[in-house]
Amino acid sequence: MNVMPLPTGGKRTIYTMLVVFSSVILLMMIAGLVMRLSQGGVITLPADMFYKLLTAHGVGMVGIAGLGGSTIMWYFLRQYVQLHTSILITTLVLFLIGVSCILASIFLGDFAGAWTFLFPLPGHSMGVWTNEAAILFLTGLLIVGVAFVLFYLDAGRAIIQKYGSFSRSLGWPQLFSNSSDEAPPPTVVASTMVTIVNSLALVVGASILIMMIINILNPNFTIDPLLAKNMIYFFGHTFINATIYMAIIAVYEILPHYTNRPWKSNRIFLAAWTASSIMVLIVYPHHLFMDFAMPTWMLIMGQVISYTSGFPVLLVTTLGTLAIIYRSGIKWDAASALLVLSVFGWAGGVIPAVIDGTISVNQVMHNTMWVPGHFHFYLIIGMIAMVFGFMYFLIKDSNKGQDNALDRVSFWVYTLSATGFVFMFLASGKEGIARRFAIHFPEWQSYSAVASIFALFVIVAAAVFSLRFIFRLNAKKLMS
Amino acid sequence: MLQQTSWLITIILVTLLAIIFLFIASSAAKSKEDYAPVQKSAYLLRTKLFVLSLLVLIPIIGYSLTKLPYDTTMASNERVKIVTAVGHQWYWELSDMTASVKEDVIYKVTSADVNHGFAIYNADLEVIAQTQAMPTYTNELRVRYPKPGRYKILCLEYCGLAHHAMITEITVSP
Repeated sequence: MNVMPLPTGGKRTIYTMLVVFSSVILLMMIAGLVMRLSQGGVITLPADMFYKLLTAHGVGMVGIAGLGGSTIMWYFLRQYVQLHTSILITTLVLFLIGVSCILASIFLGDFAGAWTFLFPLPGHSMGVWTNEAAILFLTGLLIVGVAFVLFYLDAGRAIIQKYGSFSRSLGWPQLFSNSSDEAPPPTVVASTMVTIVNSLALVVGASILIMMIINILNPNFTIDPLLAKNMIYFFGHTFINATIYMAIIAVYEILPHYTNRPWKSNRIFLAAWTASSIMVLIVYPHHLFMDFAMPTWMLIMGQVISYTSGFPVLLVTTLGTLAIIYRSGIKWDAASALLVLSVFGWAGGVIPAVIDGTISVNQVMHNTMWVPGHFHFYLIIGMIAMVFGFMYFLIKDSNKGQDNALDRVSFWVYTLSATGFVFMFLASGKEGIARRFAIHFPEWQSYSAVASIFALFVIVAAAVFSLRFIFRLNAKKLMS
Repeated sequence: MLQQTSWLITIILVTLLAIIFLFIASSAAKSKEDYAPVQKSAYLLRTKLFVLSLLVLIPIIGYSLTKLPYDTTMASNERVKIVTAVGHQWYWELSDMTASVKEDVIYKVTSADVNHGFAIYNADLEVIAQTQAMPTYTNELRVRYPKPGRYKILCLEYCGLAHHAMITEITVSP
C-alpha cells in the first residue's frame, strides 16, 4: 500500500479543524457546567436561558463530535485514497456558517427547541421564540448537514475510485469469497462504513428538516409526528454513533506506531464491521420504546439490535487494543494513554447503554439522567479522548517532543473526574432524576452539585490538552 | 428494583473492565513479547467471549421480552379503570385524578400540542411507569399502583419553557 503524503493545505485545514474542535468542546463543556450548577441550586439560571444553553450544548456537542471524527477520518483516509483538500475546506466553511446560524437562532432569536428538534416543538413555542428563529435553527442544521454530505461524497468517490466499489473496500471478497488479495486497511473499512451509514442518515435528517421548515411556513403541509420522530432518531442515532466509528480510526492507526505491532483487517474484523454497518441503521427504534403506538415488532427489533449493534466492532476493537498493547514495551505518553483510555470509555459506556436498551428497564429509565449518563460515558471518556489522543499524536509526530508532568497529571485528572462525572449522571438516573429539567426538586440537587465539581476538573484537564496543542502548533509554526 | 439492578450491574461490569484495562496497561511497558502468540491467544479469547456473550445475552433478551408494557387487552371480568390523559404546554388534563390499589388503570395518553412524556413517580420520586404523549396518537399505559398514597405525574419529554413545571398529582386509595 502506497502511503500518500498530506498536502500542506490539508494539514493546515486539519490543524484548524482541531483548534475549532478544542474551542467548541471547551465552550460546550462550560455550558454543561453552568447547567449542572443551576440544577444543583448553586447558581440561579432563568429557565429560558437554561433551555437555550441546553439546546446549544446538545447541538454543539453533536456537531463538533462530527467534525472531530471527520478530522481523524480524513487525516488517515487521505493516506490511502485521493481526497480533495478543497472539499475539506468547504466542509469546514459550511460547518461554521451553519453553526453561526444556529448560535444566532439561539442567542439572538431565543430558540430553545433542543437539539433533537422534535416535531412540532420548533414551530410551537408558545411565544417564547419566533418562527423565524426556528427556521434559522433548522436551516443552520441543514447547512451543517450539507457540509457533512459533501465530506462523505468526496470520501465515497475517492474510496470507489481506489477500490472499485464499497463491497471491495469493506473487504467482502476476503470475507465471502476467500480472496487471497490483501484486505483493505482498517481505516478504509471504517471509513466506508461511516460513509454509507452517515450518507443515509444525513439524507433522512435533511428531509425532515426541510419538511419541518415547510410546515412552519405553511401549516397546511402536515407531518405525521411519529414519522418525524422516526426520521429524527434515525438521523441522530446514526450520526452520533458514526462519530465514534470515525474517531476509532485513530486507535487503529496510532497504537501500531507505539507498539510496532500491526493492526490488520482479518476476516473477523471485516465481518464485525459489516455486521455493525447494518445494525447501526436498524437499531434506532430503541429511542422510541415509550412510543407505544409504534409497531411492536420494530420495538422488539430495537431491543434485540441494541444488544448486538455495536458489539461486533466493540469486541474486536477492545480485545484488539488490549492485545496490541499487552507486553508490547509500549512507551506511555499522553497520546497512547488517551487512546487506550478511549477504548475503555467506549466499551464502558456501552454497558449502561445496553441496559437501557431493554424495554422493561427503559420504562423506568427513559429520559432520566441515566440516558446522558451512558452517552457522556462513551463520548467524554471515549470519543473525545480519541480526538485528544490524536491531537497529542500530531504534535508529538511533528516535534518529537516529550510529555511533561502537566500532561501526565492532566490525563489522570481527566480520567478520574470524567469517570466521576458520568457516574453522577448514572446515579441520578438510578434515582429517577429527570433529564432536561431547568429546576430540580431539592431532593435531587446534591447530585448535580457534586457532578459540577467533577465537571470543573474535566474542563481544566480538557483546557490543558487544548492549550498544549495550540501552543505547540504556534511554537513549531505548523500553521504557517 | 430495576433501577437498583441496572446500577449494580453497571458498577460491577465497568469495574471489571477497568481492572482488566489497568492490569494490562500497567504491565504493557515493562516487558516486550513477540506479538504472534499474544495475537493467537487474543483471537481464542475473542471467540470464547463471543460465544459466552451469546449464551448470556440470548436468555436475558428472551426473558426481558416477556415483560413488555405494550399489551393492554383486558379480560371481560377484569376491574379496570380507563382514564384519558392529555398533555398541554404546560399542564396535564386527566379525566380522573384518583385510583385504587385494587384496580388496574389504563391511561389513554395523548397530547394537544407537542410531544410530552407521561411519567408516574411514587412518593420516593421513583419512576414506576411511563409512556410518551404524542399529538395525533394515543398510547395506552396500564398501571397497577403498588400502594396507596400520592403519586406525581411529571413530563419526561422536553416540551418548552415550563417543561419542568408540568406536574400534577394522583391520589391512590387503599
